[in-house]
Amino acid sequence: MAKGDRLLDVVDLSTHFRTEEGILRAVDRVSFHLDQGETLGIVGESGCGKSITAKSVMNLVPQPRGSIVGGKVLYHGNNGTVDITSYHHQSREMRKIRGNEISMIFQEPMTSLNPVFTIGDQLMEAIMLHQRLGRAQARQRAAEMLARVKISNPEQRLDRYPHEFSGGMRQRAMIAMALSCNPQILIADEPTTALDVTVEAQILNLMQDLQDEMGMAIIMITHDLGVIAGMADRVLVMYAGWGVERATTEQVFYTPKHPYATALLQSIPKIGVRKRLTSIPGSVPDLNNVEGGWCYFAPRCAEAMDICRQKEPPTFDDDEGHTVKCWLWDKQQTGIKAG
Amino acid sequence: MLSYLIRRILYAIPMLLLVSFFSFIVINLPPGDYLTTVQQQLQSQAGMSRDQAVAMAERMRARYGLDQPFVLQYANWIGGIVTRGDFGYSFQHNRPVSEVIWVRLGWTLLIAGLCHAVSVIIGVLIGIFSATHKYSIGDNIATVFAFLGLSIPNFFFALVLMYLLAFHAGVHVGGLFSPEYVLAPWGWDKFVDLLKHLWVPVVVVGLAGTAQNMRIMRGNLMDVLNRQYVETARAKGLSERKVIYKHAVRNAIQPVIMYMGMALPFLIQGEIIASIILNLPTTGPSFYYALVNQDMYLAGSFLMMIAVVLVAGNLLADFALAWLDPRVRYD
Repeated sequence: MAKGDRLLDVVDLSTHFRTEEGILRAVDRVSFHLDQGETLGIVGESGCGKSITAKSVMNLVPQPRGSIVGGKVLYHGNNGTVDITSYHHQSREMRKIRGNEISMIFQEPMTSLNPVFTIGDQLMEAIMLHQRLGRAQARQRAAEMLARVKISNPEQRLDRYPHEFSGGMRQRAMIAMALSCNPQILIADEPTTALDVTVEAQILNLMQDLQDEMGMAIIMITHDLGVIAGMADRVLVMYAGWGVERATTEQVFYTPKHPYATALLQSIPKIGVRKRLTSIPGSVPDLNNVEGGWCYFAPRCAEAMDICRQKEPPTFDDDEGHTVKCWLWDKQQTGIKAG
Repeated sequence: MLSYLIRRILYAIPMLLLVSFFSFIVINLPPGDYLTTVQQQLQSQAGMSRDQAVAMAERMRARYGLDQPFVLQYANWIGGIVTRGDFGYSFQHNRPVSEVIWVRLGWTLLIAGLCHAVSVIIGVLIGIFSATHKYSIGDNIATVFAFLGLSIPNFFFALVLMYLLAFHAGVHVGGLFSPEYVLAPWGWDKFVDLLKHLWVPVVVVGLAGTAQNMRIMRGNLMDVLNRQYVETARAKGLSERKVIYKHAVRNAIQPVIMYMGMALPFLIQGEIIASIILNLPTTGPSFYYALVNQDMYLAGSFLMMIAVVLVAGNLLADFALAWLDPRVRYD
């Protein structure tokens, strides 16, 4: 497979949760795609559905309350195209993809490794599961992976337990584990949020180096626009379960279209500009009680129009792949912004 | 790991010495001693005068060393245990304490061990089922069963079970053998007869433990299943069975093991009433009568045994924990 080939097509993905208060639309008709070797950033506030989108791609939606209720996750793997949503979450087919072709690392390196098994055991477990290797070969492969993520004395470190590793080292070990079977896609769910800034930079650099070496595509989930700017080729901005804007990183940073993306950018400080940071007024609507039929961002939007409160905006595409889900870009509504 | 084991065993020795000293104080606390009882019996039943009875009791006191100062008595007792395995003399049974105690301790350990095994295995299995089928019908039934098991006193449960078995099923209940086998030599038939009797105390005494283990396991497993490393295991592509039994259960079972260390002595002394009702040759009833009759060496030895089992149980639980959880080994 060559760089640039299509790996993943997520089409109108909807993941809902049954809660005491009713149906929670955590992910609501989100679409995006991912090409070989590229990095897609998914950005948004807490609770906007970023993590659930990622877990839907892994078919790991929290059971029994959550389920994928609509849309497709088309994975174009080595064995042809499969729709991940059509698999049962515990099925053999799904387990063959998880950890092998699509892997995931998580936000909390302190708790994402099992405290009662050695690092080596946990790495070898994934290797022996997906590759036909014996214990000795798997151990060698595990040591190679630890060396790859720049952990010194990998042979000895294999016999250490997670509590003997620092947070940064644990996240490296997680990355080693996730990449040990040469996956096509690495999903990183806020991989550096719990780490110090210096360690964060090391981990992000490491991920980029490994991407250059191994050629996997990365889905980087974060609320940190700085991480997006440094890592991502393309960006999906999420708000309240919707994908509100999808474009290249340059487009999102220099010519953002959605008022939410614009507001997000104004809320981060710039060096040399001494200006009061703008926060976005209001908060994300309670997704349990939304009726639909309006724009969820309208109550917080400075440019909201009447139609925003009456009708859900469709997604507008500008032919260059820059899409936005906002009425402002409807020619009939404004005639100003839409070119 | 080895140094941890040795250190823990060494700590246990002074602990046991201290416990033995305090048990000895405790059994000496009530006013009078066994010979006060004997003296009264001599007066009322053998028709001795008060002076004769007192003189007789004094002679016996001297013979058994009960007139010596407290500390010396203790030293003799503990010295006998450590050097000769001699736990003193049981006035009530007219035999050395060790003869009385070992047989009963053997049966007790057998019954307690079986109860333990049953309550851990069944409790943990039901707990796992409950946690992985949260709020299902099966989980709700198990929860009701657990609350019943925890709240029914075991002596009452023993009475009900005996009533049902004796009057409705027509089986011999009470004791460990049917009358015709009590004095019979060991053989296959006697063994089968033992099994027919043994399950009653195991069920009666094990019920509360099973319920307790089930509740602990259910709560912990539900907590552990929400941990990040469980999701990591799923994300690796492991089957749900492996995720639960290898990654989650091993972390959730630790409190059950900790509780085992505490439960062992509880099973030995806690079934006193149930044992009296079921007429079992265990330590419980014997301990009770020794206390009532101020049979001090017997009572003291039982107290000591319970302490030994408590310490040993905790040691075993700690070793099991250290083996299960690497974080325990380094402190």
